[in-house]
Amino acid sequence: MAIVETRHLTKVFKQGELGAVNDVSLATEEGEFLVFLGPSGSGKTTLLRMIAGLETPTSGEIRIGGRVVNDLTPRERRIAMVFQSYALYPHLTVYKNIAFPLKAQGIPRAEHRKKVEWAAGLLGIGRLLDRKPRELSGGERQRVALARAIVREPEVFLLDEPLSNLDAKLRASAREELERFHESVRTTTIYVTHDQVEAMAMGDRIVVMNFGEVRQIGTPAEVYDEPADTFVATFLGSPPMNLVERDDLIVGFRPEHFFPVAVLAGRAAVPEHLRAHDREGPYVPIGLRVTHEEYLGSERVVYGALDGGPFDGKKVISRMPSTLVARYEPGTVHAFAVTERHLKLYDRATGKRTAGRPPREVWR
Amino acid sequence: MSVRAPGRRVAGRLLHVGVLVFFTGALAFPFFWMLIAAFKQNIDLYTVENNPFKFNLPPTFEHVRFLFTQTRFLRWLGNTALVGGIVVAITLLVAVPAAYSLARLTGRWGERLGIAIFLTYLIPPTLLFIPLSRVVGLLGLQDSIFSLVLVYPSMTIPFSIWLLMGFFKSIPRELEDAAMVDGLTRFGAFLRMVVPISVSGILTVVIFSFTLVTQEFVYALTFISPEANQMIGVGVPIFLVRGDVYYWGSLMAACLVASLPIGILYNLFLDRFIAGFTFGSVK
Amino acid sequence: MRPAAAPGDPGQGRFLGVAMFAPAVLYILLLIAVPFGLAVLYAFSDARIGSTSFHLVGLENFRSILQSPSFRKALRNSIVFTLVAQAIVIVCSNILSIALEKPFRGRGFVRFLILLPWVAPVSLGTIGWKWILDSIYSVITWVLVALHLVKPFNTPMWLGEPHLAMASVILVHCWRLIPFSTVIMLAGRSAISKEIPEAAAIDGAGFWRTTFQINLPMMTPILSVAVLFGIIFTFTDMTVVYILTAGGPYDSTQTLPSLAFATGIAGSDLAAGAAISLFLVPVLVLVAYGMLRLAHRAEVV
Repeated sequence: MAIVETRHLTKVFKQGELGAVNDVSLATEEGEFLVFLGPSGSGKTTLLRMIAGLETPTSGEIRIGGRVVNDLTPRERRIAMVFQSYALYPHLTVYKNIAFPLKAQGIPRAEHRKKVEWAAGLLGIGRLLDRKPRELSGGERQRVALARAIVREPEVFLLDEPLSNLDAKLRASAREELERFHESVRTTTIYVTHDQVEAMAMGDRIVVMNFGEVRQIGTPAEVYDEPADTFVATFLGSPPMNLVERDDLIVGFRPEHFFPVAVLAGRAAVPEHLRAHDREGPYVPIGLRVTHEEYLGSERVVYGALDGGPFDGKKVISRMPSTLVARYEPGTVHAFAVTERHLKLYDRATGKRTAGRPPREVWR
Repeated sequence: MSVRAPGRRVAGRLLHVGVLVFFTGALAFPFFWMLIAAFKQNIDLYTVENNPFKFNLPPTFEHVRFLFTQTRFLRWLGNTALVGGIVVAITLLVAVPAAYSLARLTGRWGERLGIAIFLTYLIPPTLLFIPLSRVVGLLGLQDSIFSLVLVYPSMTIPFSIWLLMGFFKSIPRELEDAAMVDGLTRFGAFLRMVVPISVSGILTVVIFSFTLVTQEFVYALTFISPEANQMIGVGVPIFLVRGDVYYWGSLMAACLVASLPIGILYNLFLDRFIAGFTFGSVK
Repeated sequence: MRPAAAPGDPGQGRFLGVAMFAPAVLYILLLIAVPFGLAVLYAFSDARIGSTSFHLVGLENFRSILQSPSFRKALRNSIVFTLVAQAIVIVCSNILSIALEKPFRGRGFVRFLILLPWVAPVSLGTIGWKWILDSIYSVITWVLVALHLVKPFNTPMWLGEPHLAMASVILVHCWRLIPFSTVIMLAGRSAISKEIPEAAAIDGAGFWRTTFQINLPMMTPILSVAVLFGIIFTFTDMTVVYILTAGGPYDSTQTLPSLAFATGIAGSDLAAGAAISLFLVPVLVLVAYGMLRLAHRAEVV
């Protein structure tokens, strides 16, 4: 178990081009499940690979367990990695796959069986030891990859989008298995993904990245409720946060905080779980001209444009539980509102969070 | 590039460069040598003490001139081009529909038939040339380049079918289905839709067939005796010799002239050939 | 205008399908299968060039060639040349394909140069070697003399001394085949997902272990293809021998195909020539079997 630290880590691929990873400094906490989240090209995988020793940094330092590892080969860093395709050796049996790291590190043959069986037992694949990878299902392959990773008892686990090759149904159960696995071994883990749902569900903390830079590091609650800039604000959450611009400011509010006034003012029948929380504090009334709505079973999504006020005409989305009975005909105008503390202000030029004026002033 | 200890990296680099230089040198050397010999004066060429790596006497065009004016070299080039052209045409006419049919229209047993056809490629000319020499004689094609026009497609067609089968299989079925829904017949869809898309695969077959014609030796040697009717692959080694004397200068010039263009052509289409050889498992 | 066929229409497709490949099958039957049958027939006959007589003579031809020392030499040479050349080619092409794997500036040009032996017509490349291996004017001899490794009046007869001649033939075959093999191996290597060697690096495997325990085993199918084709190209080739040594000196470089030619065409004894060439068949069958296995594997995986 160790802490992974990077200091001013940068990777430039071509002379003169923007770095794939730009001056990233971060540190994991012992035993935590840290997620690198970002769209493709954000540098998250490059960052992971530098930590693994598969790419050499252009500048900056990497430390694992306190020692600088920049010049160490992957083998010497005492890490284990699970790849997107799992990278199981197709010509070896499951047993030999798991035993391979032991063999490569010169551990005597006699000890292999014990360790392999321990790792296999941990992941429940004891009965698969004689099979070849091509005979296994996606979920089983993930387990073999994990067994191979843990058999050396590494200090850090690195996972590179291991769920993205699985089909949707399998993904949920595989994700649950990963979470349980982490619970049982509690090794420091870094997990790369572009799927924000995965990141929110699995991460102790999330490192949100874009264009090679870290935009925010925080717990799921922190990055979701208090996004540090417009990128983080729109990347997390689906549908994404509503953003409307005026002068030098951008105002953001999430669709699920954007309600008919009646709910907030306590005048409509409000389901239990909405009552106490969202109605705290003053709210800003906002008119909504409906374009269309979608009924999704458990919730209702209303699309429209703001009506009147300084942001007239800007497109927004509202999301509410379908238990709130109301009809939203296209073309009609309704009185909606957002609780003031759910209005986030961002500087238009930089996209970063700013204090600026009180939100309700902006809305005047 | 994964991290390696610094010392190891330098040694690895040196070894890498060394290997490349050695092999490239060894493999390309004969052509470099052909180049030199083609332009060396005979006196220089045949003096044992002279350093063969440099021009001790000024280079000369004599050999090249001799080759093009005093030998049948141009005639052989012409023969080869003619035979090549006709064989390519025959190959395309026969192999393209066959490959399409086996890839699309005949299901499992078509697949098997395709493999069987591919296997006939393994039957070498050095097995068939004796009976074929009789057949050629019986047909009255002895000594004529048309004997080769008749026989060469038997070498080009099997592999071409195999190449094209792999190619056609990679075209999505939906394209043809869409064409047929739009009103074309199966054959019409083949002709007007599949063939135009397959230009690169067809080009590969063209290059493959043509280079095979230029490389062939056994059949040409067996079926054709008169110098004037010979192909380049046989003409050069056999007829650029007067009695026991090899005209090395002209020989080397001939080799170079004949090899390089083919080499360039083949190189351009290499990846497709590889796909054909490896059962399409590698692209 | 015929009515449009339904996409899944089997009836019309079946007929059209057969019509489309019939010419090809016919061609192959007439120009490969029939001649093959004829070769077998001739082997049991007394056919000669220039004579129309034709009688079946049973195993007479086989008996006489099996007793002929030339034949025994040719058989031995065919096998030895093929195996030795293939062994050398496998090792060299592996090394070369590793060296060519990673992109570098000028790689395209290097690849072009490396391919020249394979793409140039066999006979022309061989003639080039004949000049390089000439007894008097060989450049190799010159270099050896300059390095004082060889006396100027006792120069090696590269093509005139039996063992040297055999080595020369093998050399030319290797020279031709290494490019072909290398290119196939390169393709095979590039088909290995790059995550596999990375996983091996993380697992702690160094260069040698990764190469021998991971990369090579994974490339077995491709390696097999290269080897099988290589065997065919060497075993059934007569051009190199014919041009380089014409089978000499004293039949020491004679191979089955070159002997078949010498006997059947040059020697006019079609029947004996055919019989000799039939000895190629067992190896061809073995190779065909190997190919079938590989093709099956390629579909299944």
